[in-house]
Amino acid sequence: MIRVQSVTVQVGKFRIDDVSFEIPSGEYGMLMGKTGSGKTTLLEAVAGLKPIRAGSIVLGDLDVTELRPAERHVGYVPQDGALFSTMSVRDHLAFALEIRRVSKPEIASRVEELANLLEIEHLLTRSPRGLSGGERQRVAIGRALSFRPSTLLLDEPLSALDDDTREQLYSLLKHVQQHTGVTTLHVTHHQHDVARLADKLIRIEDGVVVVVAEQKIGK
Amino acid sequence: MPSSPSHHRVPSDAPFYAIVLTIAGAYVALIVLMLAADIAYTSPNEMLEALRNDNIRSSIRLSLISCTISAILSVWVAVPIGYLMSRHQFAGRNLLDAVLDIPIVLPPLVVGISLLILFQFLPRALREAVVYQVPAVILAQFVVACAFAVRTMRATFDQIDDRREQVALTLGCSRMQAFLRVVLPEAGQGILTAGTLAWARSLGEFGPLLVFAGATRNKTEVLSTTVYLELSIGNLEAAVAVSLIMVTAAVAVLIIARLWGTRSLAV
Repeated sequence: MIRVQSVTVQVGKFRIDDVSFEIPSGEYGMLMGKTGSGKTTLLEAVAGLKPIRAGSIVLGDLDVTELRPAERHVGYVPQDGALFSTMSVRDHLAFALEIRRVSKPEIASRVEELANLLEIEHLLTRSPRGLSGGERQRVAIGRALSFRPSTLLLDEPLSALDDDTREQLYSLLKHVQQHTGVTTLHVTHHQHDVARLADKLIRIEDGVVVVVAEQKIGK
Repeated sequence: MPSSPSHHRVPSDAPFYAIVLTIAGAYVALIVLMLAADIAYTSPNEMLEALRNDNIRSSIRLSLISCTISAILSVWVAVPIGYLMSRHQFAGRNLLDAVLDIPIVLPPLVVGISLLILFQFLPRALREAVVYQVPAVILAQFVVACAFAVRTMRATFDQIDDRREQVALTLGCSRMQAFLRVVLPEAGQGILTAGTLAWARSLGEFGPLLVFAGATRNKTEVLSTTVYLELSIGNLEAAVAVSLIMVTAAVAVLIIARLWGTRSLAV
């Protein structure tokens, strides 16, 4: 579950004011709004990357309002993936597990499992340089899911992709979410993404939530 | 009446390129001709003779050691300062920025005098251990070289997308882990550049050294002071030969750093 309760965030002169919404466990929520509406800022606040002025954020059973990003147990995929240029794809999938001092056989097994799930087995030894946009997003999603987070936060992961790749990733994201059961919050400005993926839609305008709706279109 | 597109006459690009290439060519020619003149003025025998001179050999040794130490110290200090300046907004940041540039804009002799005066306020034992001794050479080189290294590291961190660091934080890293495991490896080429720049800058340092470390033969003499000492006794040939040794050392470090940097990036 993702519960955002009366959250206020101030970034310079921009303000997200008294925002509340909830995404039940295992559901796919989409945060939609125009450029500059505050959706990325809100996502970053949920991840713990932007401090909030008021309100609370609960992820699963845990009130994470005062917790640092590392303690929130969230998988985060920023726009364009933000892959680590000095690491191979395998290193990306192993990174969070190495930080947690997971044993090497367990890491190897998890990397293989993720590579299968995301269909990137053939990319494991590659550097991020030279990967296509779709491949980069698969790696970024794998990296975010590697430590089995309770929540997955996606910041416009499909915005820079061509139509064919976007279609492939719709299927992949849906498959991943059904396979892992991770509660997902996906930021987008494309109505088509909402139609294809969302269980729940939160529409934000100028820092204020204007619509929260169950989404059944195309499902 | 506007002319049709087919009749629009676009001026030739040739004058533009002629101006750009003339300016660039003139500057490059000045650099190359300066070095060529040095080479033409001296002979391999004079260079070998300079290399056989005990004073000059001692000076080469001290230059290599002091420049390497000051370059390592510069990078060591520049990495955290560059990171702080690139990533964090805080009160007094602009003031700190200006302070960090002072060694770059200050006349070299003033840097030397300021160091000398600073040590007048410090305990006598420390003063005697540093001033006009080898540590003074390293400190004088470091003060200026580090300012250049800080600028380089700041630009390096500016170019590294901070979202990679943010992702590392969400993946379970502390700030220190995110810095050491994600940011620092990505800054590798910048660190190499900062180190090379600091080394080359240290090699060329002269003014602060003369004032703060002196130019005592076989003690605090480095290559730049050798050139000065040889010139002061009218031995222009030796001065030019030592200058060419400095050019060779600087170019060698530059080439090694470039090759190393290119190889480390070729993933």
